[in-house]
Amino acid sequence: MAKEEQDRILEEVTSKEYEYGFVSDIDSDTIEKGLNEDVIRLISEKKNEPAFMLEYRLKAFRHWQKMEMPDWAYLDIPPIDFQEISYYAAPKKKPQLNSLDEVDPELLETFNKLGIPLEEQKVLSGVAVDAVIDSVSVKTTFKEELAKKGIIFCSFSEAVQDHPDLVKKYLGSVVPYTDNYFAALNAAVFSDGSFCYIPKGVRCPMELSTYFRINAANTGQFERTLIVADEGGYVSYLEGCTAPQRDENQLHAAVVEIVVKKDAEVKYSTVQNWFPGDKQGKGGIYNFVTKRGICKGDHSKLTWAQIETGSAVTWKYPSTILKGDYSSSEFYSVALTNHHQQADTGTKMIHLGKNTRSLIVSKGISAGKSQNSYRGLVKVAKNAENARNFSQCDSLLMGDKCGAHTFPYLEISNNSAKVEHEATTSKIGEDQIFYCNQRGMDTEKAVGLIVNGYVKEVINKMPMEFAVEAQKLLAISLEGSVG
Amino acid sequence: MIKITDLHAEIDGKEILKGLSLEVKAGEVHAIMGPNGAGKSTLANVLSGNEAYEVTKGEVLFEGKDLLDLSVEDRAKEGLFLGFQYPVEIPGVSMINFLKIAHAEHRKYRGLEPLSASEFLKLLKEKKALVEIDSKLTNRSVNEGFSGGEKKKNEIFQMAMLDPKLAILDETDSGLDIDALRIVAGGVNKLRRKDNATIIITHYQRLLEHIVPDFVHVLADGKIVKSGPKELALELEEKGYDWLTR
Ligand SMILES: Nc1ncnc2c1ncn2[C@@H]1O[C@H](COP(=O)(O)OP(=O)(O)OP(=O)(O)O)[C@@H](O)[C@H]1O
Ligand SMILES: [Mg+2]
Repeated sequence: MAKEEQDRILEEVTSKEYEYGFVSDIDSDTIEKGLNEDVIRLISEKKNEPAFMLEYRLKAFRHWQKMEMPDWAYLDIPPIDFQEISYYAAPKKKPQLNSLDEVDPELLETFNKLGIPLEEQKVLSGVAVDAVIDSVSVKTTFKEELAKKGIIFCSFSEAVQDHPDLVKKYLGSVVPYTDNYFAALNAAVFSDGSFCYIPKGVRCPMELSTYFRINAANTGQFERTLIVADEGGYVSYLEGCTAPQRDENQLHAAVVEIVVKKDAEVKYSTVQNWFPGDKQGKGGIYNFVTKRGICKGDHSKLTWAQIETGSAVTWKYPSTILKGDYSSSEFYSVALTNHHQQADTGTKMIHLGKNTRSLIVSKGISAGKSQNSYRGLVKVAKNAENARNFSQCDSLLMGDKCGAHTFPYLEISNNSAKVEHEATTSKIGEDQIFYCNQRGMDTEKAVGLIVNGYVKEVINKMPMEFAVEAQKLLAISLEGSVG
Repeated sequence: MIKITDLHAEIDGKEILKGLSLEVKAGEVHAIMGPNGAGKSTLANVLSGNEAYEVTKGEVLFEGKDLLDLSVEDRAKEGLFLGFQYPVEIPGVSMINFLKIAHAEHRKYRGLEPLSASEFLKLLKEKKALVEIDSKLTNRSVNEGFSGGEKKKNEIFQMAMLDPKLAILDETDSGLDIDALRIVAGGVNKLRRKDNATIIITHYQRLLEHIVPDFVHVLADGKIVKSGPKELALELEEKGYDWLTR
């Protein structure tokens, strides 16, 4: 990235509280609070879904009712009243628009405040944007150009209408609703999300990105993303989110499913910046996400890159099932916690195929009174000859009231496997800060610089425009944590 | 330039500087020598404002300002540069980016806009030539994996970039091979002007053959115990410090 850019960003980082903490006043169409079969029927009806979708939702709901919320993560979560949540909100005006001029000005203002360059900037940088606000996709750009290549990139709802066969084939194929409590809940009530299909042999010519945003009070967000790269296909997919400030906890339980076929490659990057709660820990988002990909065919590849700075509580383990022979997966993650945030994140690499490879690079940063845990599983199945894994888990502590924990799990059932794990814990060095101070930087700037250096390996894996955003977020998130 | 009067400082409750006084005028080069553990690095750290040290008594005026009242970064931006005895590594932060930020901070302090990318690169090139430092080094992370000598060279390079009024070089010569010593000394000499000053902390008279000091001081047990012209360094090399401390 351009040095000036980096400079500008570091400069911009002044002492603000959560920058994107505002509520925009868009007329929402919201369902009454509460959850039962009628609510699910209503969601499905409002979305005009085919019968198979309603059936799927109901099955998931019935399964969910029999489940209990997991409590094994290193998190302290107050009980969530699922009847106090409204499960659907859509902007009332649901326009079919071709240009920005037709978009609700209020909404455009929201995008501007967020600095989301919906059109011009994205056009210039070649990014198609499918902006999801309050669960319903309002505007999709670049669709036509993508369509020429046979690429489908649309909201999940549209996919259900226009490509029901694909949805039916792949929905729940990587994360079945039986998988876990939040996956079941999501399957029952998910409102919208993104869908992406890359046909055989097609390289998607641009980065695909989706911005998520919670925007209606008390609306749990249940996003669903499905990405399929057919044989030899390639796509780099970005997802980023910011949320307005709230004084009530908000639940976010997304599911992301990725299918990578033979010789195909998917890069999936996220910057996650849900409202983390104020300094006292009040009002943050609860983020329970199930993200999983399957490297289905031989020589397929899936790369995860994520920057996590938000949420009061984060529970998230992007995982890869390495099914195809010679398939490989990499996981690069930065999880930053400050104040009273809690994060229990990590990854799972499940080696099933022969000669499969996985790499895990996890960088945790804890500040304030936060708790940051890495939980990683490397599993090598009986038939997975010559599986290789290397895991690097680093923790950086700022101050002495925070905690960093590492829980690596290994399940190796094949003797030919080579699995290596390295872990380090360090404190941000007084001597490093002094060195920067002596060169004229104040402590805040010094910390931002040192932290960005610490996470560079991961940042470098992010698409460029996200790298910029990510560095900015890290610096903002650490404000006031030293000094 | 700087006037230190009766400076007392301690670390972890242990008094290291015990009434040190020293004055350095613009245009001068002072060498400070003295036995291990005498407090030379402590003096450098205290002047720079390292918070690990506590000043218990004394006064330091820097260009007429009360230096001890300023934060570390403001002292730096007022024109005080410390060449570290043990330069610190900052993984993942490129030397160029580090200097770009530092340089911009110095300019901001003086109410100036940062240099444009091209102006900055021009300055970088010029100063790199001055200390004969390799681009390979400046493109790497700050001091990370640098050899001992490379780190020292890099300190002088930073000094050249930031153009301080007063540079305190803490054993910048130790660990340098003969060529590097010549380059580093040459760099310091080229940066010497009427309106700046240098304090060189060293154990070896050979550096002072390259950078000829106006004064040589002996720091022992937290005080300046002897001061003299450059010839004092030769005498020290010959006789050691015992005769001064006994
Ligand atoms: N944290 C500490 N607690 C107690 N004593 C300390 C501490 N840090 C440094 N000292 C002592 O302070 C004294 C002065 O150290 P200083 O580094 O200033 O010496 P120096 O003159 O630079 O020596 P050298 O020539 O070896 O570089 C030493 O005796 C050292 O052991
Ligand atoms: Mg020393």
